[in-house]
Amino acid sequence: MQSTSHLFKDNVARALVDPNLQQALVHVRTKFIDKRQDAINALPEFEALRDAARDLKNHVLSRLDQYLVQFEENVARHGGQVHWAQTPAEARQTILEICRRANARTVTKGKTMVGEEIGINDHLAANGIEPIETDLGEYIIQLRGETPSHVIAPAVHLTKAQVEETFRKVHTELDPARNLEEPETLLNEARHRLRGRFIVADVGITGANFLIADSGTTTIVTNEGNGDLTQTLPRIHIVLAGIEKIVPSIKDAGLLLRVLARSATGQEMSAYTTFSTGPRRPGDLDGPDEFHVVLLDNGRSKLLGTEFEEMLRCIRCGACLNHCPIYHAVGGHAYGWVYAGPIGAITTPALIGIENATPLPEASSLCGRCESVCPVRIPIPKMLRHWREEAFERRLTGTCARWALALWAALATRPALYRLATGVGARVLRLLAGRRGRFATLPFASAWTKHRDLPAPQGRTFMAQYRSRK
Amino acid sequence: MTSARDRILGAIRNNLAAGGRQAEAYPGSGPEPQRAKLPPAGQRALFLRMASQAAATTDVATARAEIPALIAAYLKNHNLPAQIRVAPDPRLTGLDWTSQPLLEVSSGGTDGSHPVSVTGAFSAVAETGTLALTSGAPSPTLLNFLPENHIVVLDAKDLSGSYEDLWAKLKAQYGAEMPRTLNLVTGPSRSGDIEQTILMGAHGPKRLHIILLDEQT
Amino acid sequence: MRVGLFVTCLVDLYRPVIGFAAIRLLEQAGCAVAVPEAQTCCGQPGYNSGDKASAQKLARQVIAAFDGFDYVVAPSGSCGGMIKTHYPELLADDPAWALRANALAAKTYELTQFLRDVLNWDAIAARFDGKVTYHDSCSSLRELKVKGQPRALLAKVDGLALAELPNGEPCCGFGGTFCVKFPDISNKMVEDKVANIAATGAATVLAADMGCLLNIAGKLKREGSQVQARHVAEVLAGMTDTPAIGEEG
Repeated sequence: MQSTSHLFKDNVARALVDPNLQQALVHVRTKFIDKRQDAINALPEFEALRDAARDLKNHVLSRLDQYLVQFEENVARHGGQVHWAQTPAEARQTILEICRRANARTVTKGKTMVGEEIGINDHLAANGIEPIETDLGEYIIQLRGETPSHVIAPAVHLTKAQVEETFRKVHTELDPARNLEEPETLLNEARHRLRGRFIVADVGITGANFLIADSGTTTIVTNEGNGDLTQTLPRIHIVLAGIEKIVPSIKDAGLLLRVLARSATGQEMSAYTTFSTGPRRPGDLDGPDEFHVVLLDNGRSKLLGTEFEEMLRCIRCGACLNHCPIYHAVGGHAYGWVYAGPIGAITTPALIGIENATPLPEASSLCGRCESVCPVRIPIPKMLRHWREEAFERRLTGTCARWALALWAALATRPALYRLATGVGARVLRLLAGRRGRFATLPFASAWTKHRDLPAPQGRTFMAQYRSRK
Repeated sequence: MTSARDRILGAIRNNLAAGGRQAEAYPGSGPEPQRAKLPPAGQRALFLRMASQAAATTDVATARAEIPALIAAYLKNHNLPAQIRVAPDPRLTGLDWTSQPLLEVSSGGTDGSHPVSVTGAFSAVAETGTLALTSGAPSPTLLNFLPENHIVVLDAKDLSGSYEDLWAKLKAQYGAEMPRTLNLVTGPSRSGDIEQTILMGAHGPKRLHIILLDEQT
Repeated sequence: MRVGLFVTCLVDLYRPVIGFAAIRLLEQAGCAVAVPEAQTCCGQPGYNSGDKASAQKLARQVIAAFDGFDYVVAPSGSCGGMIKTHYPELLADDPAWALRANALAAKTYELTQFLRDVLNWDAIAARFDGKVTYHDSCSSLRELKVKGQPRALLAKVDGLALAELPNGEPCCGFGGTFCVKFPDISNKMVEDKVANIAATGAATVLAADMGCLLNIAGKLKREGSQVQARHVAEVLAGMTDTPAIGEEG
């Protein structure tokens, strides 16, 4: 996927004045947060489970190679096939070859963020194969030519009215008199349309929430059941997953499931959790004839053993997005690439390069709410700082900011000089403010005074007063 | 040129080693929630409560012979077609369906033309009100997803308290193998994708009805 | 008990009364308070902007300045959190300094946290008439887990009624340099915050961090609100005769 992460500020400016987006984002800030809290209140073991989930993922990452090999052996043992892809191009090529071999004309898709990462839809379409998104939110944005703006709620940036408009525009045969105002009608419309597509699809592509090493099993979690139709109806099932999705055994998947849905939607469990092991077996009346797993690296392996390794614990629940004031303000598309929100702000620089995503780690007040809700306790603020350090070291930070920092450091590390400067500064500002106590505008402070007054200092600094009192 | 496999595995090993990363010991899979540690009667009550919370409906049968009548009544009460597709499972096909003359009964998999499916369950998890359905000749997967209405007969003897219990049951039944498909189903299909408003029946069943067969009571 | 006061740069520059209020409270609680001359800033601007070297330099300066105290107290969750949770990380690669950073971290507290958790003190002798609301700073709430302490102390102030801030967990939008790097996002955040403050009907909003207070007071005043903003220490110490933050006087 083409990135606009480097244009974050322009994206933000547009997002802040988009009335539909702003209206749609209200739902994120209320519903997700309250439901998650209720679910957690109902499970006293939740914090201990978070610790365990963190430890489990750390364990897996520390011996990722062994688990991947074990996974591969067990997939093969059940008649499936693992394909390795170091780059998006390799993954695209592998998938295209499988589809071509099957003479595939249409491919149904369950939700996969890795699919976005490698731009599989465009690639298939360019090669004459029609990709059909089946998750309701994904379906809607595919009709609109958009990308997901949220890891679990891809169409969260849209209002009901926009969805209705899209349906009418695309499905021109719809009776104009038909009332599509209720979400339920829209859902039924989509269900009806997609049912036909499911039945005729040649290949189904899904993502994976977990890959289970000791049985060669892949797991998807959905609420709609679209993933299950995607992988059960076509002749071929392709699972597309990042290499970090491995867990040792099904009971470890169980641990992560206990924190996943609660963190994501506030459900105890999502409606459907499906474990798939190999293709159809003798006597089965349904299920795919072929089972393929494409494992994508795309820069993940280079995070191992570094200060960024911990981000590979992510189980893509979306809780950090749901609790992020930046995400609440600008939505997901402003981040400019596949992954939005706090996890996007640390993942995007890792996968496409900090030089292509410098503003993302800067765009945080480091409030820490993301870390406080992360089910696998990824220290997101710490990683944002690491990226800022890397940007600073590589001189990617703005010149103005660097000068300001240098001036600050020069003063702050010389206490006597600092006293002098702050003493003068405080008094000058006090004088300038007069009796008013604050500034509505001030040269060099326009970024502050654009939206708020700047309170004036009281007068003499604390240190000056303290010294004279002594 | 080396294969992608070798490059990826090599990169993993090199980076772990370069970072001085030691292989960590397996830390376990976390605590088992207290709520699931109940005697059988408590488990049944918890299961029914949690399944309802997930928007499934439930009935309890005290004898296997009651099931056809319960299903007929359920369909009638919800104004649903009296037409069921029964999984080719002898425990279900062997029931006396003739006791419900108005019920049109067929057995097998589904191509999506059946409005109501009736299936068994491998187990279920009381902890979250979740059904565990395994694929196999007597239990085609599509019966769990294509029909608009899914009725599941769960034998109370098969109920698990926690997920740990379920994994143990799976192991006892399947050994080191896994069934091709294991579906954990918690309530009917739904979507919140339009303005985060939950709507039932996205792609899977709009209604999930569970009949708990509890012959002990 | 010898307590070193870490004044914080914003209190030093903007609102000295907070520093004197902190000293009064600590002395009321029986501490001998001193203010080391060599302190300037905790280093957060550099730390949060990727300038690790400058941040380390300042951390060493602070560590050296506060050698020899039994405790170090800051009227700020942000600076307190910097010393307590980030100095050890910042200097982790330098064994000798890491040791000293850990020692300082272990004896450093945010003011209300110190009064309640270390001294178990709440003999507040102050009066403040009216309804107030309280804003938890991100670093107090999430980094230092301070929540009940300021409330317990405010409950001892005569005449004061505390109205909890609805949706109190989100950041106010200050975030140090964040608010000037991304002024429009910051503005949305502080808009939400002052709307919630207004919803409480309180005449005063209190907080324990001068950064949040500058931001919140600045927005309140820009919107023409009558709500006043003060540091919690001013109210707890009974030093509220000076104009509130950004008010005429």
